[in-house]
Amino acid sequence: MGFKKIHIIDMDTIELSNLNRQFLFRKNDIGLSKAKCAVEFVNKRVPGCEAVAHHCSIQDMDEGFYRQFHIVVCGLDSIVARRWLNGMLMSLLQYNDDRTLDQSSVIPLVDGGTEGFKGNARVILPGMSACIECTLDLYPPQKTFPLCTIANTPRLPEHCVEYVKVLQWGKENPWGSSTTLDGDDPQHVAWVYEKAQERAMKYGITSVTYRLTQGVLKNIIPAVASTNAAIAAACATEVFKLASSCCINMNNYMVLNMSDGLYTYTFNAERRQDCVACSNSTRTMEIDCNATLQAIYDKLCEDRGYLMKSPALMKNQFESCEIDIEVRTQLKDTYAEK
Amino acid sequence: MASPSPKSPEQSEKNKQYDRQLRLWGDHGQKALEKGHICLINATALGTEILKSIVLPGVGAITLVDHNIVSDEDIGCNFFLENISQGLNRGAETLRLLLELNSSVQGHAVQEPPEQILQDNPDFFKSFSVVIATSLGEKTTQDLANHLWDIKVPFILCRSVGFLGSFRIQINEHPIIEVHPENEQIDLRLDVPFPTLAEYLNAFNIDDLDLKDHGHVPWIVILYKAIQKWQVTNENKWPISRKEKNEIKDIIRGFIRKDENSIPIEEENFEEALRAVNTALVPTFLPVNIKELIYSSSATNLTKDSSSFWIMCSALRAFIEAEGKGKLPLRGVLPDMTASTEHYVKLQSMYRTQAAIEAEIVYRKVQEIVAQLHCDSISDAEVKLFCRHAYDLHLIRGTNISSEYQMGTVASYIAGYLEEPDVMMVHYILLRAVDMFRSEHCRAPGEWEPEADISKLKTCVSKLLSDISCSPFPKDDHIHEMCRYGGAEIHSVSAFLGGCIAHEAIKIVTKQYKPVNNTFIYDGASTNSATFTF
Repeated sequence: MGFKKIHIIDMDTIELSNLNRQFLFRKNDIGLSKAKCAVEFVNKRVPGCEAVAHHCSIQDMDEGFYRQFHIVVCGLDSIVARRWLNGMLMSLLQYNDDRTLDQSSVIPLVDGGTEGFKGNARVILPGMSACIECTLDLYPPQKTFPLCTIANTPRLPEHCVEYVKVLQWGKENPWGSSTTLDGDDPQHVAWVYEKAQERAMKYGITSVTYRLTQGVLKNIIPAVASTNAAIAAACATEVFKLASSCCINMNNYMVLNMSDGLYTYTFNAERRQDCVACSNSTRTMEIDCNATLQAIYDKLCEDRGYLMKSPALMKNQFESCEIDIEVRTQLKDTYAEK
Repeated sequence: MASPSPKSPEQSEKNKQYDRQLRLWGDHGQKALEKGHICLINATALGTEILKSIVLPGVGAITLVDHNIVSDEDIGCNFFLENISQGLNRGAETLRLLLELNSSVQGHAVQEPPEQILQDNPDFFKSFSVVIATSLGEKTTQDLANHLWDIKVPFILCRSVGFLGSFRIQINEHPIIEVHPENEQIDLRLDVPFPTLAEYLNAFNIDDLDLKDHGHVPWIVILYKAIQKWQVTNENKWPISRKEKNEIKDIIRGFIRKDENSIPIEEENFEEALRAVNTALVPTFLPVNIKELIYSSSATNLTKDSSSFWIMCSALRAFIEAEGKGKLPLRGVLPDMTASTEHYVKLQSMYRTQAAIEAEIVYRKVQEIVAQLHCDSISDAEVKLFCRHAYDLHLIRGTNISSEYQMGTVASYIAGYLEEPDVMMVHYILLRAVDMFRSEHCRAPGEWEPEADISKLKTCVSKLLSDISCSPFPKDDHIHEMCRYGGAEIHSVSAFLGGCIAHEAIKIVTKQYKPVNNTFIYDGASTNSATFTF
């Protein structure tokens, strides 16, 4: 569509299971850097295109790197990574003396994601429209199995695989205690598969398959070329609108469902006025007056409005019963893990 | 340290490559896809983007029909063309670059205009699972639609101009067994338990259990016991109303054990039972749409040419009228619930066994019909799958695209949407007007003179509107915008539609998931879309 200067960051290498939906990679490319391969292919196919590859994680790049771009597009595979990138773009925002936003510091973020036949695409104008942190509750909670069920009363094939993964592997250490379970190692998967089958047999549970075992171990999300193509294209259209100002951007969140007919719905995801990432204001969190520091810490980690990882608490001042605590919201530090 | 060598064989290369999609449509869906042969007419950017998402997941074969020579504009907007492609046949060049995506896909290029094929060799289209066309003239659209309707080959007509796009699926009859509904109706038969289930439930005594076992009683049992208790004072009725369901909930709450201070102990299974009251008490019933299916003439008047779907529908009817006593065969799936392993596995196998017994009866009826008709046999597995999904069977009966070009019911349907100015229907009229403009002026509106073409396009719009007895649009904004596009394809708009259309083609080939019925309109400028049924 005419974009010439594109930088691509991807820490992954190409796997066979990517090829059912990736049109820039071939079987010969398996094992190579996704970023490098994509860049090489696009520069060759599209004359005049000057794409640059970065085979590293998004967290390896600093503010100076991200500041050079006009637009950032992401198709990340985790909420943690999205929150990190979101935090990075927020940290680049500059505010005028009267606390208004300096619009020249805004780098729009176009974000897309898919799961099976469903997907979503959105446009985030940092400091101006809803950001990832504003809409954390749009992400469904992760499904987990209670440990007592896994250990004592399994009834699903998934319970058997979880048992081997969580309890049996650490006990038996089939490849020695220094080898942790690797869902990408076919030998490991096969070992878990067999042990899970044994356990299933013991309890009369059926349908433990290799595919299911791998799915549970790697938390595999189904993916298909068509959904990904549609969501990627929806993102590209928004990037084109941002760059050319030919028409206004989507406002600001589109969901797509291709499983029953074809359905799209675009809505205005609302900003949280007290968003810890994008609002340049403070948020008040109500806690019990007798709450321990641990309870506050736990709430910051577990409450769906915060979901922080290792937040840092700093004491500002003491006033009789009121405690004013500043929670460091530099998310790019708190979410350093992938 | 010596590494343990597992006995289980590694996955095959193909299973690894397609793993992420096999989780969506299964090995049998993949097999159907690999038998599929897709024909594309005109390798525009939209056309190649469609094929991209059909080749990657591993369709059997593709055939491109295109007699055009690659132009500069083609290279500018089509990712599957290179600079060196200029001056060569567009179908052959895009085919070469598309096939690079997946070495197991077969490909053919036919360098003839579709009009000529229709005239000289109409049987050419017979072998395809789906025919997809882009950039087709008005007359060819109707001729091809009529022909494909007659030979019963599914047809998808696609358009992409500027920020607008559409596709229309024409399919005579499309039965879907595996709909993959988001919320599957549970089928527990608590109101009419089959013998083994009734025996099991009646023998259960939850009062005598110790606390640990009490917390592991499946909610099905809890619900059944509560209903039995309720029925003693309610003349063996079945609880239907909200009031009656609340009484059931009160009984369940009474079952929950109390601690020494008479405070109810938290028991997950009883919580689940309370939540299930609203959904699991729906009496077992024969859904209206399934009833319509099995009593439709296709199912009651079988011939040697009847498809396996109708034969199975007929056998299903025979089952429901006899052994099923008015009910569908048991689904045989137990939802997940808190329970001890023993109880859960026992219940699960009871449901499975009964479902297998009932499917076997249906299978025998299928075999009888097959023997009578002397038609192709239907496998045991096919009948099992059919019975497992009997609650969700879905049939699409389509209409011929040509009907959109005639006065009649479709015209009044369109007019209905235009009365309440529905902007997406306005886009449909515009896309049709562009087709008309092309047949009259042999170019796209705005391609040469955007200003002068506005009035010409307006004439086309007015003609279409008067044909369906509608007044002209109050404003010309959309007509101006269309002329501004100048017939150009925006790659990302075509890519969006391409992903969607590929997906619909895959649904048709695998016979899984419900396709669009039957028209989809997309506006990339406002990020809006709509589905219409012509």
